[in-house]
Amino acid sequence: MKDGWREIARPYTAAFASRFLQMLQYRTAALAGFGTQCWWGGIKVMVFAAFYGGASAAAQAPMSLEHAITYTWLAQGLLVLMPWLVDPEVAQSVRTGSVAYDRLRPVDAYALWYARSAGWIAARLLPRAALMLGFAAVALPLLGLGAWAWQPPVGVAAALAFALSMGLGLALSTAMVMLLNVATLSALNERGINALSAPLVIVLSGNLLPLALLPDAWQTALLVQPLAGLMDIPARLYFGQLRGADALLGLALQCFWIALLVATGRWLLVRTMRRLQVQGG
Amino acid sequence: MSRSPGSIALFLRLVKASVGAQARYPASALMLTVGQFLVTGIEVVAVWAMFHRFGEVRGWTLGEVALFYGLVNCMFALADALGRGFDVLGTEFLRSGAFDRLLLRPRPLALQLMGHDFRISRMGRLLQGLAVIGFATAQAGIAWTPEAVAVALFALAGGVALFLGILVLQGTLSFWTVESLEIANVLTYGGVQAAQYPLALYARWFRRLLTFAVPLACVAYYPALLILGRPDPLGAPHWVGWVSPLAGFVFLALAFRVWGLGLRHYASTGS
Repeated sequence: MKDGWREIARPYTAAFASRFLQMLQYRTAALAGFGTQCWWGGIKVMVFAAFYGGASAAAQAPMSLEHAITYTWLAQGLLVLMPWLVDPEVAQSVRTGSVAYDRLRPVDAYALWYARSAGWIAARLLPRAALMLGFAAVALPLLGLGAWAWQPPVGVAAALAFALSMGLGLALSTAMVMLLNVATLSALNERGINALSAPLVIVLSGNLLPLALLPDAWQTALLVQPLAGLMDIPARLYFGQLRGADALLGLALQCFWIALLVATGRWLLVRTMRRLQVQGG
Repeated sequence: MSRSPGSIALFLRLVKASVGAQARYPASALMLTVGQFLVTGIEVVAVWAMFHRFGEVRGWTLGEVALFYGLVNCMFALADALGRGFDVLGTEFLRSGAFDRLLLRPRPLALQLMGHDFRISRMGRLLQGLAVIGFATAQAGIAWTPEAVAVALFALAGGVALFLGILVLQGTLSFWTVESLEIANVLTYGGVQAAQYPLALYARWFRRLLTFAVPLACVAYYPALLILGRPDPLGAPHWVGWVSPLAGFVFLALAFRVWGLGLRHYASTGS
């Protein structure tokens, strides 16, 4: 029976692995992106330091300056995790009509695309996140800018919860990219979708500003919306702001959104595929 | 034989042609403009939320920071619309060999590139910047005396020149790389990001960089101080804002010198 499962999963793991290895080749792109993100993060850190400079202001803030700075570097390192772009391979196959081949494969279309998109995200994410960690957690303190550095997690439990939560974040991000993919499939062009999804994702994921720093009246709504699961919940676990039962609740919330978005995406994909017309050529 | 149009007239004709082409797809142009307005507007959310929580930053209020923000966004929007040809030089002209065609025309090269693909959608950022300046006027009680308007326009011209200079340098780089490298975004989008807060907030080395290497402070910070009627907390004399935008033009002139070097290095890709 165990072999049977492996047999079933094989096309999907193969799709993930091949896309992952292929995307790892783009080293120049990763380095250029990394340079931009260091600069970006640096500006944000200086602005945070200035705002926190007022003693009375800092006392009222819901997170310390060290946490806000660590959050900033984390957000820069996780930039490509943000699901604001349609998987370009899917967009291209929709444009050229090669999506028809995917229809002919004797595999589950949703699972195959999901595995491929996950490989696409993970392969761009890991090198960038590692470079950012090296820069902000190792290089900055060595340069004497320890006050601006990426701080370690509060403890072993927090680190483990963070790692688990990041894995869920990747699954959640892929489920969201799949929704964008399906939207591209029915709209036939990805540009409008990319343009509209980006602002929403940047604000609601916490990538623009830690969600905790947004107005207090919005906090509950901000926490339960799906985009918080991408990096804000992982970050709260990292800082130990969510612990014990709250930590479990945070992880459960991520799982809930993954299940809901995967189910929705799958349903929409089946519906769209049924109506799909491919022009001959 | 009719006289060929002068440089300015030719430029306007190129702009008219590319705007006309985009106007053929009004829905698309409108959506891209709205998209630009929204994307560039999210930074407003960040600035607003920080002031909402902290009240002020080292004595600067939201209304004052809004002026910096609005000015630098207007500058970049105009420069971005003008400099598109330099931005895509690598991918659209060099790699395809289309650049050789531009070289054969008996017209200034820079002019042809500036008139190439003048984007309507950049007006999204411009409108957003103007809206924020309007907000700053109400919030910080800015008096738009003729003097203040003159400073603002001078600063705007200097800022457009500076950002255009950065785009020209980006284009120059692609003579060697035959690619449009994203790394220039550090200076364009990153420059907008840095200049939307008062210079006085930053670390000393960063202030020097923004004043003497990439003179963003000269086109945005010092003139804005004049408009706000605020003395510089770092102690620069009052009149600096009247002359500092010139640095933008100097930067553009130097950028074109480097461009000349790149052009001499250029050998067609041969396709």
